[in-house]
Amino acid sequence: MDMKNVLSYEWGAMMPEFIILGTAILLSLFDLFAPRRFNRRPLAWFALIGIALAFVSLISLLPLAETSILADTFRLDSFAKASKLLLLIGAGLVIVLAASHSANDGLRDYQGEFYYLFLAALLGAMMMTSSGDLITLVVGLELLSISSYILAGMKKKNLKSNEAALKYIVMGGISTAITLFGMSYLYGLTGSTNLGEMSETMARVSDSQVLYLLGLAFFMVLVGLSFKLATAPFHMWAPDVYEGAPTPVTAFLSVISKIAGFVILLRLLLSLFLTASGDTLGTVTFLEQNRVFIAVLAGATMIIGNVLALRQQNVKRLLAYSGIAHAGYLLVAVATLGGGYFLLDTVWFYFLAYLLMNIGAFAVFQWLADANSSEQRLIFAGLAKRSPAAAVAMTIFLLSLAGIPGTAGFIGKFHIFLGALLGSTTTDYILASILLATTILSYVYYFSLLVQIFFRPASTKEAVRFPVSLMIVLLVCVVGTMIFGLAPNMALDFLHQHFGDFTDFISME
Amino acid sequence: MNDYLLPLLVFSPVIGMIMIWLMPKTEEKTLKQFGWIGTLMPLLISLFLYQQWLTDVSLSSYQIKWNWIQFGNLAMYDDTLYTVDFELSLDGFSLVFILLTTVLSMLAALASFYIKTEWKGYFLLFLLLEVGMLGVFMADNLLLFFLFFEVTFVSLFFLIGRWGYLNKEKAAYHFLVYNGIGSVLLLFVIATLFVRVGTTNIDALTHILNVGDVALLAPISPFLTDVLCILLFIAFAIKLPVFPFHSWMVRVHREAAPPVVMLHAGVLLKIGAYGMIRFGLGIFPEQVEKLALLFMIVGVISFLYGAFLALVQTDLKLVWAYSSVSHMGIVLFGFGTLNDAGLQGAVFQVVSHGAIAALLFFLIALLYERTGTTELNELGGLAAHMPIFSGVLLTAGLAALGLPGMSGFISEFMAFLGLFKEQMLLAIVAVIGLILTAAYTLRAVLKITFGKKTYSVTWWDVQGIEYVPIIILFTVIVAIGVYPMWLGQLVQEDITTWLLRIGG
Repeated sequence: MDMKNVLSYEWGAMMPEFIILGTAILLSLFDLFAPRRFNRRPLAWFALIGIALAFVSLISLLPLAETSILADTFRLDSFAKASKLLLLIGAGLVIVLAASHSANDGLRDYQGEFYYLFLAALLGAMMMTSSGDLITLVVGLELLSISSYILAGMKKKNLKSNEAALKYIVMGGISTAITLFGMSYLYGLTGSTNLGEMSETMARVSDSQVLYLLGLAFFMVLVGLSFKLATAPFHMWAPDVYEGAPTPVTAFLSVISKIAGFVILLRLLLSLFLTASGDTLGTVTFLEQNRVFIAVLAGATMIIGNVLALRQQNVKRLLAYSGIAHAGYLLVAVATLGGGYFLLDTVWFYFLAYLLMNIGAFAVFQWLADANSSEQRLIFAGLAKRSPAAAVAMTIFLLSLAGIPGTAGFIGKFHIFLGALLGSTTTDYILASILLATTILSYVYYFSLLVQIFFRPASTKEAVRFPVSLMIVLLVCVVGTMIFGLAPNMALDFLHQHFGDFTDFISME
Repeated sequence: MNDYLLPLLVFSPVIGMIMIWLMPKTEEKTLKQFGWIGTLMPLLISLFLYQQWLTDVSLSSYQIKWNWIQFGNLAMYDDTLYTVDFELSLDGFSLVFILLTTVLSMLAALASFYIKTEWKGYFLLFLLLEVGMLGVFMADNLLLFFLFFEVTFVSLFFLIGRWGYLNKEKAAYHFLVYNGIGSVLLLFVIATLFVRVGTTNIDALTHILNVGDVALLAPISPFLTDVLCILLFIAFAIKLPVFPFHSWMVRVHREAAPPVVMLHAGVLLKIGAYGMIRFGLGIFPEQVEKLALLFMIVGVISFLYGAFLALVQTDLKLVWAYSSVSHMGIVLFGFGTLNDAGLQGAVFQVVSHGAIAALLFFLIALLYERTGTTELNELGGLAAHMPIFSGVLLTAGLAALGLPGMSGFISEFMAFLGLFKEQMLLAIVAVIGLILTAAYTLRAVLKITFGKKTYSVTWWDVQGIEYVPIIILFTVIVAIGVYPMWLGQLVQEDITTWLLRIGG
C-alpha cells in the first residue's frame, strides 16, 4: 500500500466517522485543559452538534453507490448507511438525555469524560456497521465495548455502578474471547479476514470435515455475539449492568449497542453463512440448515425476558428485561430470514421503532428516578396528575413496547410476525406462537406501569417539571412512535427509495 | 362529500375530544356537556345514513379506500400485494351496529353525569372508545378492524380500572388478560391470512378463499383453514362471551361504572357477534357449516348456564351480568342454525339485548346513585317510594324475559324458530332456559320493587333528564317488538347473500 494508493481512496465515504472522531478529540482536549471550575454540561451540546453534522454528512452520502475503501475493510453499503442513520438519531437523543440529567444523579463530576467516551462508543458502533473485514469488525466492536465498560462505571462512588462495570468487563471479555475464537476458525478455513473473499471461499465448501469446523465457528460466533446482544441464556449480566449504569448509559446500551450488535450479527450471517452450503450436497445453505439454533435462542430469549420482567419492582431492571425480550423478537426476524419477502426492512423498521419508544421510556424514567432518588415502580404513581403530558407520552411508549396497534411498536412486531409466518415450517409457527404468547405476558408488566401512572395516587400533589431538553426528546419520540405507527410507509418508503432491497449488502462480493 | 362521510363519522367524536381537551379539568359541568355533545355528531351522521338508506340510496356509494401501508418492497411485482389500505364501507348489517353504537353512546354519555371524579380523562377516553367502536363496524379490512378493536381494548382498560367500584383494578386486569388473548388469536388469524393471500380486504379474502381462481402466494391447506376458523371463533367467543370464557365479563359488569357497562353490554359484547357473523360467514363459510352443531350446543349451554347462575345471585349487577351471558348464548345458537330465521334472531337479539341491557344498567346507575347499594337483600319495597322507577324496572325486566310486544320476544322467537328447525331435541332442552329467564328476572325485580321494606329513608324518584334514556330505549324496544320489519329489512339482504354462500 503506497501513499498514492491511500490518497486515491474515496475518504468522503468515512465522513460521518471522521466528524465524530474529530468531535471526540476536541471534547477530550477541552476537558483536559479547561479549568476544574468550568461547567462541563455545555459539552453535551458540542457533542450534539458533532452528531448533527455527522448526520447531515451521512444524508449527503445517501445517493452514493456502494463504496468500499481501505482495501475493502470499510464498506459503505445500503445497510451500513441505513443503520448509521439510526445510530446517529439514537445517539443524538441519548446525548440530550445525558445533558438533562439532574444535579444529584452522581454523573456530574465526570460528565466531561462521559461525552467523549460516549462519542468513542458511537464511533465504534458506526465502524461495526461498515466493516467489510473481520479485523475492522473486531476493532469497532472493542471500541464500542471498552468505552461502554467505562461508561457503565461512570458513577465512581456508587457501589452498584462499580459492580456493573466489573460485571460488564468480565462478561464482555469472555464474549469477545469466544467470538474471536470462532473467528479464528473462520480465518483458518478461508485463509482470509476479508468478508468478501471469505464469502467466495465459503461458497465452494462441501467437505464434511470442513463443514464440521464451520459449524463450530458458527456456534462460537453466535454465542459470543449473543452475550453482547444480551439474549438468553447469556443475558445474566444485562439487568445488573443496566441497573448500575447511569440512566443515559443504560439507554445507550439498550438501544445503540444492541442495534450495532444486531447489525454485526446480520453481516456475519448473511455474508458468510448464507453462502456456505449446509450439507455435503450443497442443497441447502448453511444458514438454513442451522437456523433452528437461532430460533431456539430467539424462543428462549422471548420467554425468559418476558417472564422475568413480570417480577421486577425496579423499573430499570424491568426495562432491561423488556430489552432482552425485544432482542428475542428481533432474533425471530433473524431466524426466519430465509422467508423471502420481508427481510432487512423488517429489522430496520423494528430498530427504528425500538429506538424511539425505548429512549422515550428511559427519558421519562430518568427524570422521575432522579427526582425521587428511587427506581421502584412507585415513582410512576400518580404521574397522570403530576404531569399529564409526560403520563400520556409514557403511555404511548409503553403501549408501543407492548405492541398495541396505532404505534410503531405494533407495526414492527407485525412485520416480524408476518416474516415468521411466511416461512411456514413448524419452527416458524412455533416461533410465531411464542412471539404472541409472550406478547400477552408483556401486557401484564407494561400495563402494571400504566396502573401506577393512572390509577394510583401520588404521594405528593406537586407537579413534576421536566426540563425543556427532555421535553424535546419526549416530543420527538412520541411523534415518531405515533407517526410510524399510523403511517409506517413514511419510513418504509424512505427505506425502499434510498436503499432498495439492500441487495448490495446481501450479495457482498 | 360521499368520500368523507364515513371517515367523518368514525372520527367525529374527536371533535368532542378536542373541546374537552381544551377545557380546564375543574369545569365539571362544561366537561360533562361537551362529553355529551361530542356524541351527538356521530348520532346525527348515522341517522342521516339511515335516512339515506330509507330513501333507497345505496350505502356502498359511501365506500372509501385510501392508500395506507405497504409491507415489503414488492411494487415492481404487484402493487396490491401485501398492501393494507385505509378502507371503510357500510352495508345494512353494519348500519344496524352503528346505530346501536351512536344511540347508546349518547345515552351512556348522559348517564355519565353520575361520574364523580376526573371528568376530563373520563370523557376523553369515552369518546375515544366511541371512535374505536364505530371504526370496528365500518372497517373493510381485517387489519383496520384489528386497529379499531384495540382502540376499544385500551380505552376500556382505563375506563374500567379508573372509574368503578371497589375491585375495579382487578376487573381491568382480568379484562386485559382475557381480551389480550382474544386479540392475539385474532392477530394470528389475520397475519396468517395476510401472509398466505397477500391481502386483508374482506371482500378480496372472501373471493379468493371461496372461489379460489387466484394463485395464492402460499397455499392454505384445508387443515390450516380449519385451525384458523376455530381460532377466529375462540377470539370472538371470548369477546361475546360464551360459556367457558365468560368470567372476565361478569367481573367487568360488577366492577365498572354503570355508563361504561351500558356501552360494554350494549355494544362491545356485540363486536363478538359482529365478527362471528361477518368474518365467519364471509371468510370461512365451509368451516362454519361444519362447526354449526358445535355453535348451537355451546350457545344452548351458555344460555342455560347464564340463566341458572343469574337465579342464585344476590347482587342485582350480577343478575344482569349473568343474564347477559345467557342472552349471548341465544346469539350464538341463533347464528349456529345457519338458517334465515336463526340468523335474523341473532341480529335481532344483538340489537334487542343492546337496548335492554343498556336500560337495565342505566337503572342500576340510578339505583346506586340513590341507595348506594345493589344488593337484593338490602333493597325492598321500592315501589312505595319510587313508583316510576319501579315501574320502569319491571317493564325492562319484562322486556328482558321476552314478553310479546317487546324486542326480546321477537329475537328469542326467531332464534328458537331457527333452532327447532335444525335441532329439535336441543331446542326442547333450551326452552327450559326461557322459564329460568322468567324466574330470575321476576325474582330480582319483584324483590326490589315489592318485598319487605328494609330501610327508612325516602329516595327521590326518576326526574328530569333521567327520562331521556328511559324513553328512548323503551321506544327502541317497543318499536322492534311491534314492527320488527324496519330492522329486519336492513339486514335481510346481507343474510340472503351469506346463506347463498353456504348453499343453504
